[in-house]
Amino acid sequence: MTEQAHKLHRFHGGLHLPRHKEESTRDPVLPMRIPARLIVPLRQHIGESAEACVAPGDRVNKGQLIGRCDTYVGAAVHAPTSGRVVEIADHPVPHPSGLSAPCVVIEPDGRESWGESRLPPIEDYLDADPVSLRNRIREAGIVGLGGAAFPSAVKITPRPGQTLDCLVINGAECEPYITCDDSLMRTHARGVIEGIRILMQALKPRCCLIGIEDHMSGAIAAMRDALGGDEAHGIRIVPIPSLYPAGGERQLIQVLTGREVPSQGLPADIGIVCQNVGTAYAIYRAVAHGEPLISRIITVTGKGVQHPRNLEVLIGTPIADLVAAAEGYTDEVSRLIMGGPMMGFALQSDAIPVVKGTNCILAASHEDVAPPGPVMPCIRCGQCAEVCPAQLLPQQLYWFARAKDFDKAQDYSLFDCIECGCCAYVCPSNIPLVQYYRFAKNEIWAQERERRKADIARERHEFRQARLEQEEREKAERLARKKAALAAKQDDTADDPKKAAIQAALERAKARKAAQEAEQMSAEKADKEPSG
Amino acid sequence: MLAATLAISTLAAVFGLLLGYSAVRFRVESDPVVDQIDALLPQTQCGQCSYAGCRPYAEAIAAGEADINRCPPGGEATVLALADLLGRDPKPVEGETKPPSVAIIDEQVCIGCTLCIQACPVDAILGAAKQMHTVIESECTGCELCIEPCPVDCIYMVPIAPDISTWKWPFPAGETQSADREAVSS
Repeated sequence: MTEQAHKLHRFHGGLHLPRHKEESTRDPVLPMRIPARLIVPLRQHIGESAEACVAPGDRVNKGQLIGRCDTYVGAAVHAPTSGRVVEIADHPVPHPSGLSAPCVVIEPDGRESWGESRLPPIEDYLDADPVSLRNRIREAGIVGLGGAAFPSAVKITPRPGQTLDCLVINGAECEPYITCDDSLMRTHARGVIEGIRILMQALKPRCCLIGIEDHMSGAIAAMRDALGGDEAHGIRIVPIPSLYPAGGERQLIQVLTGREVPSQGLPADIGIVCQNVGTAYAIYRAVAHGEPLISRIITVTGKGVQHPRNLEVLIGTPIADLVAAAEGYTDEVSRLIMGGPMMGFALQSDAIPVVKGTNCILAASHEDVAPPGPVMPCIRCGQCAEVCPAQLLPQQLYWFARAKDFDKAQDYSLFDCIECGCCAYVCPSNIPLVQYYRFAKNEIWAQERERRKADIARERHEFRQARLEQEEREKAERLARKKAALAAKQDDTADDPKKAAIQAALERAKARKAAQEAEQMSAEKADKEPSG
Repeated sequence: MLAATLAISTLAAVFGLLLGYSAVRFRVESDPVVDQIDALLPQTQCGQCSYAGCRPYAEAIAAGEADINRCPPGGEATVLALADLLGRDPKPVEGETKPPSVAIIDEQVCIGCTLCIQACPVDAILGAAKQMHTVIESECTGCELCIEPCPVDCIYMVPIAPDISTWKWPFPAGETQSADREAVSS
């Protein structure tokens, strides 16, 4: 065990925000009762949607595969508990649009029977083959539980020619109100550490750093206990200063290693893989116990609920059940937000289910979501640029997004914006800056999609034109050939016998003439000879 | 004076020859401006611009015969992009802009006459004589050219329903609205 302090670095900007974390960490994690109905969306991750492989009326075991996903970037979906599939239909899902998407609705039978559906546990996971570990992580449908829900198996598969030499474990949980990772580390520190060791076995990195914000003393102590010190098995626990957004992937990497992820690049480009502590725990459950990702810890908090706390929830549980487990709404509730107050989005109703990427349900009070005041013109104070953790120029991006000058916005690295909301938080003119960036990003993607569609249409149209022209040409050629053939035939039938007859007659005449001449000549010769 | 005149004339001759030579040597078959314009058009091939497709319209724009605001499917974005490319002033779009749609054939009514197949500019209709026809939705550009020739009026335009993968954040409104409790717990 080395006592030498790990050298920390700083990222640009950032904010000290009121934490609001104590409310939800007073009580231990409460495992929730099985709800009356589970609505499991088939697409809970970045990538292609899974395809339902059960039918309405089917009985399913706990952990049974209900959504298969064969594309590389995708994740399987499993039944959170045993029961009967009631329907497979579109239901509202957690998304800023409030739109519906295909979901499998399950009526639990309360028996929690696994049947044959548990994956075979890999007992000797610390000696296991990295490929089999990656396959297990894929089979278990594990995605990044920090919020982005990117399929974990893809993230830990190095691309050809790439070496991943550093594993960064994200336990920073920098956003106000959210305490699910804190609770997880305090409750299941051993599982988290084992999950990290499995990740190390799959990746074989040279170093592994766990970043935890320094105010989470309980979590840090529990993790130290589980690890047996600050550093063991090549894993090191590093308390980091509390500064929003230290839990952003790029920011955490910079704080811990001093290395910067290149613009528009990925951590893998500099040999780093970053995983959330929740993901590590899910990986441990999948590998050591053969359990797919069917539940997670979610924080239910805010002034809008009676008893803010952390709950262990089955994926697909409607939010209303979570609120009920937190003893219901208070009179102050004004809006439900999925995620934290900085990066979350408002939900239209509490009938929406929680998904793999849900870390927090924030029932905000009137004063929390009260409009900060009328939007005023930008006074070019530059505070947004000072706090931007991505070192962008939020003001310039704002002008370009507002003017719909998307090329210019991209020139100013719009896509390096992590939408952390720091700029909008400090803006004295109350400009909803992040909304402008989201709008601009979406427009650019939409234009990209349309361009691709136009290219296909152009190609098909040109192909059709070429085909029509070819058909026309072939028709003309065929016609010309037919005409020529007809003409030739006419020549054959009408002209030739006559010609031949004439020719024959001519030849006969010629021959006769020649014969006559020869006769004459020989006669003359005969005449001359006697005289000469 | 003479020397100067001679020098200038020689230079002019040399450059003239050089230009003439490069014009022949580096000749570009198609007009690059037409390609650039064509790349900005939505390729619906609908003919709403009164030309026989996107490429002919692009050629007309390049030749200065057509205005840049005659493409309703492209909408404002296309006009702005064309204005930017050609250095012209943007104008409001001529004609009505409809939401993106696809054609759907009522397969019960279709008599299999193949007229719509012949009208489709992107070969997005599948079928054969006296066989039922159907639209390949992913390839349909929503040009509406198949509607007119149909003798039994069995083709409809259906607006594409918004889904999560194509949903866009709206342009920010001036103010955020606070929802009330009824809306939350409904």
